[in-house]
Amino acid sequence: MSNTLSYFRQERLPHIWCPGCGHGTVTGALVRAIERLGLDKNKICVVSGIGCSSRAVGYLDFDTLHTAHGRALAFATGIKLARPELKVIVMTGDGDCTAIGGNHFIHAARRNIGITTIVMNNEIYGMTSGQYSPMTPKGMLGTTAPYGNAERSFDLCELAKSSGATFVGRATSYHVPLLIDLIEKALSNNGFSVVEALTQCPTYLGRKNKIGGAVEMLEWIKNQTINAKAAAALPPEKREGKLLIGELHNAPAPEFAGEYGELIHTVQRNFANMKGGLWECASNSD
Amino acid sequence: MPKIVKLMQGNEACTAGALAAGLRFYAGYPITPSTEIAELCAEELPKVGGKFIQMEDEIGSVAAIIGASLAGKKAMTATSGPGFSLMQECIGYASLCEIPIVIVNVQRMGPSTGMPTSPAQADVMQARWGTHGDHPVIVLAPGNVRECFELTLRAFDLSEKYRVPVIVLTDEVIGHMREKVELPDPAEVHPLRRAMPAAPAGYKPYAADPNGGVPLMAPFGEGYRWHCTGLFHDESGAPSNKGEVADRLLRRLMLKIENNVADISDYASEGIEDCELAVVTFGSSAMSSLSVVRRLRKEGVKAGLLRLKTLWPFPEAAVRELAARAKTIYVPEMNLGQLALEVERVVAGRSRVVRIGKVTGELFRPEEIYNAIMGAK
Ligand SMILES: Cc1ncc(C[n+]2csc(CCOP(=O)(O)OP(=O)(O)O)c2C)c(N)n1
Ligand code: SF4
Ligand SMILES: [Mg+2]
Repeated sequence: MSNTLSYFRQERLPHIWCPGCGHGTVTGALVRAIERLGLDKNKICVVSGIGCSSRAVGYLDFDTLHTAHGRALAFATGIKLARPELKVIVMTGDGDCTAIGGNHFIHAARRNIGITTIVMNNEIYGMTSGQYSPMTPKGMLGTTAPYGNAERSFDLCELAKSSGATFVGRATSYHVPLLIDLIEKALSNNGFSVVEALTQCPTYLGRKNKIGGAVEMLEWIKNQTINAKAAAALPPEKREGKLLIGELHNAPAPEFAGEYGELIHTVQRNFANMKGGLWECASNSD
Repeated sequence: MPKIVKLMQGNEACTAGALAAGLRFYAGYPITPSTEIAELCAEELPKVGGKFIQMEDEIGSVAAIIGASLAGKKAMTATSGPGFSLMQECIGYASLCEIPIVIVNVQRMGPSTGMPTSPAQADVMQARWGTHGDHPVIVLAPGNVRECFELTLRAFDLSEKYRVPVIVLTDEVIGHMREKVELPDPAEVHPLRRAMPAAPAGYKPYAADPNGGVPLMAPFGEGYRWHCTGLFHDESGAPSNKGEVADRLLRRLMLKIENNVADISDYASEGIEDCELAVVTFGSSAMSSLSVVRRLRKEGVKAGLLRLKTLWPFPEAAVRELAARAKTIYVPEMNLGQLALEVERVVAGRSRVVRIGKVTGELFRPEEIYNAIMGAK
């Protein structure tokens, strides 16, 4: 096919993921979307937190930042605000994004900062070997939910939307063309974009819940979903318990880093005749 | 341009020092007694094209400044006790990944919410050892308003030079005190610029002399396409769990500082050349101590004051030298014995070390130190 591989640090392969893990599929989808858009490799920063999913960035040939658990969006906020001209992408897991990093997630969305966030949601803490996450459906088994998860889970896309994200979509590692399309749209939105990608963790979620291997898990994921457009025409009982996939929200709004840039222009215009202020540093401004 | 003469608050002087160093990015979360720094940065940074952001918490604040530093900006945050505790994990990240950042910690009484917002000096050990794992860090302690300017400016230079997080440890008294200060002519200030690699071809982000070398840092977005990770990593930046890779990296990180203690160490003194009795202290406790030492001199006691401006790496040589002369070393500090632990370690029994701790949330009155010295003599 194309030169998809050229977006990878091939010398860093093979990757650490288990056979059948869905994270590679999502990483591949991101690269294909970037390729389709023809983005400049040198102007892309991909930031992640901690988890199996977050290891994706180490294999990508961009400026990449593998941070601390839950903090990817906060690091990414620093990069984007410091250099708004860069394309900033966050790759994160369901635990990384919605548990320890939940606060950064809602505030990044609220600000509508220009970051594309791809949540690799396997509904489990994979890296720490199978504890339940805020995305684990009620009743499912995890190593810390030996009698079934007693907690309710998030609807991540609704959370993103109500927090202020301006583009939100959901796809899965089964629906790859849709996933690529959504990531492409997310990357094209000048604002905070979220793509939730349901993926399979056969090693922990699959095994613990006796769903089977990667193939059975992909079927299991597929059967939970229904296309958002198709769903609109269906009676409520047919949509009951299904996860909507597709573009779920697209409402462009002014982007934060750009707005701050405007603020700087206004302040500098108003203070053009002012010498220095607190420290006479106007001389070395940038 | 002339020198700037101004009535300034400590926190204001920290901000001015940061701007003089070329600060272009501030992220923070409000907490007394540090908040003036955030407020001033919010006002001043846009004027010079810099960015200010109020993050959702202190973890986010330190994460954001690390991101901004990676993007090539001089970046800072300021906080106090509870916020400083929240920052610890990412301070370790900056240490391991060698990202220059500056953190001002205007100390207040703890632990926990403590006694808001009375002064304390009880974060001496946290500033050094707050994050997990062995790690390099530099901690500077201004003793007056002018030094808030000087040492914050220096903090940026040191953080760029050694690629380490630098903590400016002040306290509520220093932060809120106002003094008339004379700041240098801006044209005379030459902050250090980050050393840059020559070109992306063959760039190895962590290639450096294993004996404490400092690798060259490329900003993100300039075609270097490097990988920064909080996992132990080899010279190419690739994660590694090989014991020898971790060993080499961690030893190099520590040697960056250990080999340069003389460059980093800074202190002020009075009367230590011939002293029989010495006071070793820092920050606002040193203000109270100075008048005690002068009073003792007047009374015929050969007293001296060693005021540390660098707390970490600990200026061992200066203290050791003092121990060769002074029979007794008093260590007044607004905690129950933190700096004293280091002094005791270095003195190693050559002098008697007497701790003078105060945890009432108030500055030492000189007579308290005087009486403690007289009582212990
Ligand atoms: C502060 C902190 N707490 C806990 C951990 C341990 N930890 C590492 S990854 C992880 C969960 C990751 O789950 P998720 O984000 O869903 O990623 P996955 O591995 O499932 O892809 C946890 C709890 C950590 N590294 N840091
Ligand atoms: S543990 Fe699960 S999430 Fe992690 S690599 Fe294996 S399959 Fe993927
Ligand atoms: Mg997960």
